[in-house]
Amino acid sequence: MAFMYVTFTSLLVGGLMGLLQTFVRSGKYTLPFGIDYYTILTVHGVILGLVMTTFFIIGFQFSLMGKTVGLTDKQRKAAWWSFWIMLAGTIMASVMVLTGQASVLYTFYAPLRAHPVFYFGLALVIIGSWIAVFINFRQLYLWRKANKGQKSPLLAYMVTINMIMWVIASLGVAVSVLVLFIPWSLGYTATINVLLSRTLFWYFGHPLVYFWLLPAYMAWYAIIPKIIGGKILSDSLARLAFILLLLFSIPVGFHHQLTEPGIDATWKFIQVVLTFMVVIPTLMTAFSIFATFEATGRKKGYTTLFGWFRKLPWKDVRFLAPFIGMVAFIPGGAGGIINASHQMNALIHNTIWVTGHFHLTAAMTSVLTFFGITYWLVPHLTGRRLTPRLNKLGIIQSLTWTVGMLIMSTAMHIQGLLGGPRRSNFSEYAGGAQVDTWISYQMAQESADRFSSLPSS
Amino acid sequence: MNLHKYEKIWLIFGIGSLAVFLAVIGFAAFWKGTHPQSHIETIDPQNVEAHEAFKPENLGLREVADGKYTVNIIASAFNYDLGKDENGNRVDTIRVPRGSTVLFQVTTPDVVHGFQIAGTNVNMMVEPGHISRYETVMKNNGEFTIVCNEYCGIGHHLMFGKVEVYD
Repeated sequence: MAFMYVTFTSLLVGGLMGLLQTFVRSGKYTLPFGIDYYTILTVHGVILGLVMTTFFIIGFQFSLMGKTVGLTDKQRKAAWWSFWIMLAGTIMASVMVLTGQASVLYTFYAPLRAHPVFYFGLALVIIGSWIAVFINFRQLYLWRKANKGQKSPLLAYMVTINMIMWVIASLGVAVSVLVLFIPWSLGYTATINVLLSRTLFWYFGHPLVYFWLLPAYMAWYAIIPKIIGGKILSDSLARLAFILLLLFSIPVGFHHQLTEPGIDATWKFIQVVLTFMVVIPTLMTAFSIFATFEATGRKKGYTTLFGWFRKLPWKDVRFLAPFIGMVAFIPGGAGGIINASHQMNALIHNTIWVTGHFHLTAAMTSVLTFFGITYWLVPHLTGRRLTPRLNKLGIIQSLTWTVGMLIMSTAMHIQGLLGGPRRSNFSEYAGGAQVDTWISYQMAQESADRFSSLPSS
Repeated sequence: MNLHKYEKIWLIFGIGSLAVFLAVIGFAAFWKGTHPQSHIETIDPQNVEAHEAFKPENLGLREVADGKYTVNIIASAFNYDLGKDENGNRVDTIRVPRGSTVLFQVTTPDVVHGFQIAGTNVNMMVEPGHISRYETVMKNNGEFTIVCNEYCGIGHHLMFGKVEVYD
């Protein structure tokens, strides 16, 4: 539960920051007390992108492992260590951001420099998460020793894959923070290798989003079938999809660097091909899930072509929220293919299209599934019940979130195609008709965000 | 492990379209030569003026041949240096006739910047130590905003310029 409290406190803080940003971007408000736009943008990115997701996922994975393969008292104690180290790191980094000494955004691109404490905080969050990784590995190891010759439980297998991916990915950012950033921010080294630090960051940064996505896949493959009263289509196909995602996640970060001056074009193209491979396990997942839905419906006796679809448990928020997340992943994934397309990337690179894209994939696909998981997990952990009234409230919350995100993200996609930049305070630039159209879309984003974030908070 | 017949069809269709996408991108890249900028040319960020293209008198728009132009730009927080006009005032708009071929060359002495001419295909990262280059044909007339699209500090959103294409 402790992990969940941090998750939802950060959702509240982070969501509020997002709301403030769209206010500022609409050009109608200015922030009080001299607070800078880029400070709240850093808070929004770090808190929602790194803190909320990581705490939620590690907490969720601990409960899955506890249920499927067991958690010893010694492991529980170590898990608390992981929690406190991560929390300490989070607080260190947040204080630096909030006091304006680390307005470097969550990507902290060199040579923008933050206070050394910010980098130490990030290092602690990673170290804390590694403790959780090794506990999870040990849990599965002990289970396998006790149950020789048996297949490990699906969810435990999935958690382990996700954690292997996390270790491989976070090595990149750990090297970059420990070897490049900390010595440089303390003044031991005079310069920093900009290109290398960016490559290491994205080596981590894109597998990071799969680290958010795989827990959603866990819920889709293994929890949703239980909620709708069915059975997973194929256990081994699910395992294969996870293995493929693990392998393909390693080279994907490169497509964030397609417009970089210092990398050879042929290498960029090879990376484009490798990035596209991620589509395959995603297509497999889409097929499995809908086939599970259909098979469940047919077993219940709905024989018409789409009867099984109408009879899905639409009124159960534990199904509805993740389902909307799945649907959002269709345009989200298609947008991702555009982003990774070599020369086409130049059309949208660093425009607000990209922001629209990850609000579809992260803020809708992953977060809505996380909402669904929460409505299922919290009653489990606390021994309470999701009452019909709370279920209804959950549905209202999920729907307002959906409508708001949809309007905001659509407006962002369109504005991005027209060339509007991301990560920018309100500006009329050089003026003229082109900039005027951008501003009208920024106003749409503001009102949509106001709509979606309040009830969810 | 056996695949369901429908799943086979679905995956063949999906992977097939993937191959088509990649073939299109590859054709455009290697036959037509439309790569993203990738010149791997380095420069000393502490002394960008030492490079011929970024000497103060060479900044801004220069006609190199009939209908062919080069624009040399130094991006620094929070300004694009587009050179000076005859009277010594700083230039804020690049004016070129429609249909001209323009090579943009940009570098920076300080942090990472973006360089995008909104409404065109010119969109590059600008990093200290590297020279960013993109050549394009300005086919449409109108006013195009140059925006810095990578966060470069507190005045990031005040970093811009303009390209005007006239008949």
